[in-house]
Amino acid sequence: MAECTIPNMTTADVVESKSVLPAGFKADMANLKGLDLTTPVLELIRRTSTRMPQDIIDALVKGRDAEEEGSRAFNTLNDMVKNILLADGHVTPLCQDTGTVLFWVRHPYGVSQKAVKAQVREAVKEATKKVWLRPNCVESLSGKNSGNNMDPFHEGHPILHFEEWDKPEIEISLMLKGGGCENVGAQYRLPDVTIGAGRDIKGVRKAIIDAVVKAQGQGCSPGILGVAIGGDRVSGYEHSKEQILRKLGVPNPDPKMDAFEKEIVADLNTLGIGPMGYGGNTTVLGVHMEEMYRHPASFYVSISYMCWSSRRRTMTISSMGEVSFD
Amino acid sequence: MIRLTTPITEAQARQLKVGDEVLLNGKVVLSRDMGHKYMKEHKPEWLKPILEGIVIYHCGPVVKKNEDGTWSFVAAGPTTSIREEPYQADVIDTYQVRGVIGKGGMGKKTSEGLVKTGAVYLHATGGAGSLLAAQVKRVVDVHMLEEFGSPEAFWVIEVEDFPVVVTMDSHGGSLHEAVLATAQERAKALMEK
Repeated sequence: MAECTIPNMTTADVVESKSVLPAGFKADMANLKGLDLTTPVLELIRRTSTRMPQDIIDALVKGRDAEEEGSRAFNTLNDMVKNILLADGHVTPLCQDTGTVLFWVRHPYGVSQKAVKAQVREAVKEATKKVWLRPNCVESLSGKNSGNNMDPFHEGHPILHFEEWDKPEIEISLMLKGGGCENVGAQYRLPDVTIGAGRDIKGVRKAIIDAVVKAQGQGCSPGILGVAIGGDRVSGYEHSKEQILRKLGVPNPDPKMDAFEKEIVADLNTLGIGPMGYGGNTTVLGVHMEEMYRHPASFYVSISYMCWSSRRRTMTISSMGEVSFD
Repeated sequence: MIRLTTPITEAQARQLKVGDEVLLNGKVVLSRDMGHKYMKEHKPEWLKPILEGIVIYHCGPVVKKNEDGTWSFVAAGPTTSIREEPYQADVIDTYQVRGVIGKGGMGKKTSEGLVKTGAVYLHATGGAGSLLAAQVKRVVDVHMLEEFGSPEAFWVIEVEDFPVVVTMDSHGGSLHEAVLATAQERAKALMEK
């Protein structure tokens, strides 16, 4: 029988000692025109690719301990925890699929998006050299790998979302989203007669259940679902992905959605799909929903499936230039 | 727990049943999307001695080139196997492969191929990149690296006690089919709620 792994991660000072940021590093926030975020972004990639967020670890351990000891579901969840500790200790990628590289940048007035984009691209190239990222960018038809995670012609990868805000700090969130889980995402157009889903919350529920059944273990369950109700085809998927950035256990600000999330998680965990589709009680770790507005004629339910290895992290650069990671 | 070392004979493969836990040893060859399309469409002869009796691993590793020119695997978990469904049965038959490691399971065509040729589908834990890379003892060789890129190349590796579970066997059994049927049944009840 597999021994029960206790998730002791390396301490903050050890993580700090392995940082690519020089000790006492401060970004020059007084001179936004000359601001260089290349090294902080490289450190953000290192931490995201090799260190699992604590809320995900806690959820995996909770799931494991709810499975029957010695069962395949229990052992699989235990292996996931072991893997997290190994990657953390070795500072190597948690998963060989370091995914599509997605950034969300929120910044005050005066930050050049063009400059930040160029710096992020440099950091991604460097992280690929340091094997924290696998070269995951191939020309669609020929399959030719660019080798450095760059889409050289259209700059479509890495993916960057920018938003100017009123706060003085810069916040950059990063998500590494594997191809296997991206492939099991789904968009439903309600009404959908094939699953008997109408244009109401019951219909949304049916769409989510259907997507999870179809995904089975192929998205590396237990998954985390980001769901957007409404929007157009593009904004719906975009918002569904952003929902995955929310930490597990943080309530939805919309009480109606929060209640729905809790109920659907409990329901989905009775499907018996379990970790990796082996069977078991842990099929999803969380479902995060957002209700958007929509065109009267359109009713989309966009579902992004994130694998259990939910690699996401947020870096904040304060107005004083101090860099912190969460 | 069953310990198996490649090359595997047809008789050994046929003894395995859904649910068997296997520790795999010996040579394993990595191949995924580009490799499978290439094997089915071109049936390259040069791969025959490399693949006979061997296990194919659906995996696109994170690799590191060492200073002495050798390679190391840094992260190497399985990729989703169902994408190889159009090719897998033919590949197994052409090259007399005795096993396929992947995640998520495969469909009917592959299942029939496993029965016909005498081979098994072996499931590894998806996302366990570090854990599984630790069981890779040596990178023996690599083919088509330039043409396919590192995630898609034919990496020949040697593994030691690589942990997998038989989820599809050569008797038509499939854990994935069973789990899907249960989930569909349950989903029906949930949707009526």
